Amino acid sequence: MKRVLGRIAGMIPVLLGVTLLIFILLRVVPGDPVSILLGEHYSQETIDRLTRVMDLDKPLIQQFFSYVGNAVRGNLGESYTMKRPVTTLILQAFPSTVKLALMAAAIAWVIGILAGIIAAVRQNKLLDHLFMGMSLAGVSVPIFMTSLFLQYVLSFKLKLFPLTSDGRLISLILPAIALGWNSAGSIARMTRSGLIDVMQQDYIDTAKAKGLTKASVILKHALKNSMLPVVTMMAIQLSSMMSGAVITESIFSIPGIGRLATSAIQNRDMPLLQGTVLFTTIIVIIGNLAADLLYSVLDPRIRRAV
Amino acid sequence: MAKENLLEIRDLHTSFFTDHGVVRAVNGVDLDVPEGRIVGLVGESGCGKSMTARSVMGLIKSPGRIESGSIKLDGRELVGLSDRELRSVCGDDVSMIFQEPMTSLNPVLKVGRQVEEVLLVHHKASTKEEAKRLTVDMFERVGIPEAEKRMSAYPHELSGGLRQRVMIAMAMVCKPRLLIADEPTTALDVTIEAQILRLMKQLCKEHHMGILIITHNLGVVAEICDDVYVMYAGRIVENAPVFELFDHKRHPYTEGLMNAIPKIGGNPEFLSTIPGVVPNLLHVGDGCTFAGRCAHASDRCRAEMPALYEVAEHHTCRCFLAEREGQ
Ligand SMILES: Nc1ncnc2c1ncn2[C@@H]1O[C@H](COP(=O)(O)OP(=O)(O)OP(=O)(O)O)[C@@H](O)[C@H]1O
Ligand SMILES: [Mg+2]
Repeated sequence: MKRVLGRIAGMIPVLLGVTLLIFILLRVVPGDPVSILLGEHYSQETIDRLTRVMDLDKPLIQQFFSYVGNAVRGNLGESYTMKRPVTTLILQAFPSTVKLALMAAAIAWVIGILAGIIAAVRQNKLLDHLFMGMSLAGVSVPIFMTSLFLQYVLSFKLKLFPLTSDGRLISLILPAIALGWNSAGSIARMTRSGLIDVMQQDYIDTAKAKGLTKASVILKHALKNSMLPVVTMMAIQLSSMMSGAVITESIFSIPGIGRLATSAIQNRDMPLLQGTVLFTTIIVIIGNLAADLLYSVLDPRIRRAV
Repeated sequence: MAKENLLEIRDLHTSFFTDHGVVRAVNGVDLDVPEGRIVGLVGESGCGKSMTARSVMGLIKSPGRIESGSIKLDGRELVGLSDRELRSVCGDDVSMIFQEPMTSLNPVLKVGRQVEEVLLVHHKASTKEEAKRLTVDMFERVGIPEAEKRMSAYPHELSGGLRQRVMIAMAMVCKPRLLIADEPTTALDVTIEAQILRLMKQLCKEHHMGILIITHNLGVVAEICDDVYVMYAGRIVENAPVFELFDHKRHPYTEGLMNAIPKIGGNPEFLSTIPGVVPNLLHVGDGCTFAGRCAHASDRCRAEMPALYEVAEHHTCRCFLAEREGQ
């Protein structure tokens, strides 16, 4: 428990660092936020007033600390383009992203783990080659291609699914498959190699010598051992999906974090971009922490150390 | 000694079909384990002891397989059984203890559960509670202190000696007719070794079971075995009751093994006095496999494999030197 608290405390410097980095980067790139906000016609007086209101005349370091101070209280500033608090926008977009991520992860895990187990059991047989070929395709075909392909064939041609997201669960199926496909591929490969490795271990012979059938040897003895690294990967994958599937969300017009970030970039909406990146970072860090903790819950050899 | 044979291995051939050729790991082995006796199988590293034992349990990994021969347990043929049929025998009628107690236990399962599982699989306990009770009993029998508490320990939390006791408990809990122990004490220090051997001897007496113990330590053989098989390059080269073998060894290889036992304490490099190395099992010629290292080797030895000659009652030897007396 102490370790867990320690780990959480350890997140703070990481977050500060990331915030600082974003802060600097966004000020290094060309383009003046004030002129973006004002549009075409404005007077010098307006510019000065706005610069003052937005604290842009203060030293960078002071801007940074006031941003952090506000962020801690949940205030991430106001979006230039949407004229609404960034926190509100993020919290509105987040559920869509979570729904998509959970569905994609569920698809990826079920397909990936099952395919991995079957491939391992049928090692070097037809099904193994078939599944591993498919997973290689899954890992190497870019998400936007899977997305466009699914959208074209299943929605546009066959009209089985809506073209874009309309809030209903069914409209999330295609984007979830597109987003989960890569992860399914890497999980399948990892499950397979882990399982094949574990099946060579001495304790598997012990389990067979005890009289367990092949199925129980795999389910009761091999799987738990081989899933340790896979579980870690699953947690990390989920958190990266939660942090916004930029491409998938854009293609299927899902109003999630990823789309929020894209529009912030297109519109040079600094507070919004800053907010989404910060939020994303937090999600990824939490995901990694969860992966570590999960690992130690599953593996009794390191449970003590936590 | 007209005891019934629990285990009867006849002309067993187990080979590995590798890219470089066929490795004949077990090359025509005959071996008996009678009821209530402890039988030792000794020989240098790589001579095929483990593969003989693993053949019985159906644990030969690809690219290896049993090519031919017969393995009978209590009269029942095991070679050719389906996986399901063989699994119902393993752990119940015959069980096995492995050399490395650390890697032979599943690291992520509590040791208690790993033992209970055998009972449940073979329907020796109908409920988890019953399985637990029987397991605690067994832990106490094999000398695990604080048995109840140790049930929920993970393997890495136990010492090597305790882990091997868990393995023995696991192997014994269904009261098998035959126990196969593949170098059960090699990974343990001498005091623990003595304790474990005593325990096995005691269990053998109490349950009237047969034990096949594999070792390359003749000290262990002298300590607990009733009968001994000496194995060399996939074949049995000499077989006799333990006193007969120690007093009247006939095979030059057995002699080499015995001479190599250090006289006082320790057991370093006990094979150093036999010149040469074990031949490559990939290329076994027609002659005696030991001829290349044997001081008495003749042309005949290099051309022809000797049969197992009976040199005394219950004493056979695979050497032309023993042939005359044998006939
Ligand atoms: N996967 C494999 N492929 C090819 N040959 C193998 C394989 N596994 C084992 N062998 C061969 O089988 C022979 C017998 O091995 P085995 O494990 O039975 O020896 P052992 O007598 O138990 O030796 P040790 O005392 O070292 O345990 C070895 O010489 C080895 O060459
Ligand atoms: Mg061995």
